[in-house]
Amino acid sequence: MSDVRPRIRAPRDAAAGSSVNIRTLISHPMESGTRRDSDGTLVPRQIINRFACTFNGRSVIDMDIEPGVSANPYIEFDAVVDESGTFEFTWYDDDGTVYSATHEIAVS
Amino acid sequence: MLTRRQTLAVGAGGLAVTMLPAVGWSATADDIIAAFTGGATPGSDGIFLDVPEIAENGNTVPVGVNAPGAEEIIIVATDNPQPGVATFRFGEAAGSHSVSTRIRLGGTQDVVAVARMADGSFVQAAAEVKVTIGGCGG
Repeated sequence: MSDVRPRIRAPRDAAAGSSVNIRTLISHPMESGTRRDSDGTLVPRQIINRFACTFNGRSVIDMDIEPGVSANPYIEFDAVVDESGTFEFTWYDDDGTVYSATHEIAVS
Repeated sequence: MLTRRQTLAVGAGGLAVTMLPAVGWSATADDIIAAFTGGATPGSDGIFLDVPEIAENGNTVPVGVNAPGAEEIIIVATDNPQPGVATFRFGEAAGSHSVSTRIRLGGTQDVVAVARMADGSFVQAAAEVKVTIGGCGG
């Protein structure tokens, strides 16, 4: 899919040991596999089936996703930061494509 | 396991049946929750489910769940054709045991969240969402 675009909203800096709020959105139709097109043909399933976020290699959240999650999956959660570093975000598509994004945060 | 052909044949029988998933997965909400809890009866303290009372559009219903101390949380939409919605596992860098997302609801129904706590116990919260326009594309 060509129009899949991940977006991250998270702070650029934070105090050591604090919890920061992270919001992610990825543009994706999340085709459920139960929908029919105008000819009555089932549209094959194609969804983002997993999302994961790590901070400096340590897991923040790992999510298994079913077709019941809306199109353009939005996920909001919190991470605790004890040092400056990088969030890595990964989305796994049914077709095998892996979408990724990163976000740097300075911790003082 | 239904083949695609069988699913289509059954689907001709009625609109409700056409909502069956193409892959033939027909686990009920109770099955999914029982598989998660291993049959244990969940408690009800320490888990907070935030859903709207009324959702005008079932295609995108905001859901928030917070279960302090939870290691894993599942969200189940009891009357969706595929009731399992999402499973969250919190890692060592999680800043809370709270997560929000947006889900599809095919019609008015209960949304259930079940959390597995660090001590291996389970807690559950449920709330009804009234849906004006269903979100199953049917």
